[in-house]
Amino acid sequence: MSEPAIRVEGLSKRYQIGRQRDPHGRLTESLFGAFRRPIDMARGRLRRTDDWIWALRDVSFEVGVGDVVGVIGRNGSGKTTLLKVLSRITEPTTGKAFLNGRVGSLLEVGTGFHPELTGRENVFMSGAVLGMRRNEITRKFDEIVEFAGIGQFLDTPVKRYSTGMQVRLGFAVAAHLEPDILFIDEVLAVGDADFQKKCLGKMSELGHGGRTILFVSHSMPAVLRLCEQAILLDHGHVVTAGPTPGVVRAYLESDLGPTSERRWDDSSMAPGDDEVRLRHIRVAPASGGRGDEIDITEPIDVEIEYWSAGNLRPAVNFHVYNGEGICLFAVSDFSSKGWQNLPLRAGVIRSRCRIPGSFLAEGRMTINVAVDTFNPYVGRAGEVDAIAFQVVDRTEGEGVRGVYTGEWPGVIRPMLDWTVDWFPAAGIT
Amino acid sequence: MIAQRRGATSEPVASIVIEPSSGWAALNLRELWAYRELLYFFVWRDLKVRYKQTVFGVLWAVIQPFMLMVVFSLFLGRLSGIAPAGVPYPLFAFAGLVPWTLFAKSLSGSSDSLVGASNLIQKVFFPRLLLPVSALGSQLLDFVIAMAVLVLLMLYFGTVPSLAFLWVLPLTVLALAVALGAGVWLSAANVRYRDVRYLVPFLVQIWLFASPVAYSADIVPPAWLGLYYLNPMAGVIEAYRWAMLGGAGGPPVGALLASTIVTAAVLLTGLAYFRRVERTFADVI
Repeated sequence: MSEPAIRVEGLSKRYQIGRQRDPHGRLTESLFGAFRRPIDMARGRLRRTDDWIWALRDVSFEVGVGDVVGVIGRNGSGKTTLLKVLSRITEPTTGKAFLNGRVGSLLEVGTGFHPELTGRENVFMSGAVLGMRRNEITRKFDEIVEFAGIGQFLDTPVKRYSTGMQVRLGFAVAAHLEPDILFIDEVLAVGDADFQKKCLGKMSELGHGGRTILFVSHSMPAVLRLCEQAILLDHGHVVTAGPTPGVVRAYLESDLGPTSERRWDDSSMAPGDDEVRLRHIRVAPASGGRGDEIDITEPIDVEIEYWSAGNLRPAVNFHVYNGEGICLFAVSDFSSKGWQNLPLRAGVIRSRCRIPGSFLAEGRMTINVAVDTFNPYVGRAGEVDAIAFQVVDRTEGEGVRGVYTGEWPGVIRPMLDWTVDWFPAAGIT
Repeated sequence: MIAQRRGATSEPVASIVIEPSSGWAALNLRELWAYRELLYFFVWRDLKVRYKQTVFGVLWAVIQPFMLMVVFSLFLGRLSGIAPAGVPYPLFAFAGLVPWTLFAKSLSGSSDSLVGASNLIQKVFFPRLLLPVSALGSQLLDFVIAMAVLVLLMLYFGTVPSLAFLWVLPLTVLALAVALGAGVWLSAANVRYRDVRYLVPFLVQIWLFASPVAYSADIVPPAWLGLYYLNPMAGVIEAYRWAMLGGAGGPPVGALLASTIVTAAVLLTGLAYFRRVERTFADVI
């Protein structure tokens, strides 16, 4: 009936690569390049096609007014580029997009913060950068401060804030933006769990307020909870789009999503901080072999290996989610004897947890992993959708369902103890 | 709820078309106007941050030109003919250094403004031109303070400002236009060529010697004056001095005219270049 809030038509974005050694061109290079280029061309050395990468390729979709749409896909699939083009940070190479309404974009938490300014000053600075009017910020100031919960530090320079406080203040400002169209990139992946929950709450509130939202995320539970529609990107193409559950399933079941093993070869890229850094996470059947597909009767080992500086005693926990984004359970090595005996020395710690066989239901499982320290509680390292595996029920009669091949309900499928007695018919009166 | 939200937005709901642009783009003055509050906040931030955690604070606005004046007076003030007779050399030098400092700092500030805000440029949209412009705005406070000190110095030397002092206002606009003209060129070039970072301090130094700050334009041989006044700051500084200290005759009209024409040329080409390369800033910065 009415104009869509966002209409994207054949949008493509090409980036130049291949000049990795020196991303900032130098004047001499372009001066000499002017002489060298014709010579290179004559020698056939100029392989233009290698120098370009398509971050977005012919992307088209429409988003109705008031829709909340998730954009998913693995790293490098073009999600962030899409948001950057739509937020007018960078221009598309070809194609068009139409946006109807006031646009706000949230590509990082604390955009426009200056470390020397106080919390109070930064609320105004960040608000202005994100597109709020001064009187609008003044009007919402108290609300923003209350949401961030940093009242007594309001006149302290932000450089003295902890990371958590900065994130809270940054999100609080952003959460009070009131554009018609809002682009959000992965900002919920920061902050502690309680605050994330608060942000998610605020986000769904925004969504119900009639605002159009395009939301990039790695967190399938968040996408499933917040978005009615989703778009799956891969290599800059739209793979599929539509109602969220189907798109998320397509993502998780394709080889685009996480796999049964995750290893960080470059520790500087691994999640963590000075105290703790993830090294290796894997899931495997107890009998050995790879864990991408595990028989429903087989016990499952989840193994998390991380480096610790040894100043504190970090504890590992993981959450298991099913294909619908429901958290089946969460466990921690906190209570184990091995954990209590961990020496307070630098080293690599490997925690292994066994999930019994005949316990999970069949389907795609994804696991979020986190390492925390306590007193006070600090989330040290975390990885959403770190690994994933498929539980298969072969219905050969050994599982819970026996030889029944129809739909079997339930989020778990435990093999429980039954007591089955027989009495002669004559014994029952 | 929704109605209230619309009411809070003063602008009509605009629709935005995103498409690749090509060639030369005109200045989008409406958009710049819509973002005027952000310009204010950029200037406000620069002012807030500039003298934080310093001992002398805003005194630095005066210390720099003042010390240069002392140095000039000690080493150059004794040379005969460098400044017209009748004006005390320290006053002569300071009257040139105050507008010069405004220009030099505005130029360095705006040249560095885009690279200094690279994170913002990659994370949020706003007219990029706000950045080099805001670098000028934040220098004005320093200028006003230095100007007040200049007036005190004038009174100390027994020179009372005349009505010609009002010329300071348009001359300041012209000085800022020169700084902006060079600043948009250099800031935009700096995004791609970091050579600019090394070029600017050097350029400012040379420019100082090529402008009548430490000396009077009278010592330039008449045959060279035509070339000399191609430097837009030459006319500006001469005119400043005339406006503040008075002197024989009216304002240096010829020099000012040359300055205005050159400035307009630099500024317009600079803006055109800026608009042309602006679209790739986020990708190459």
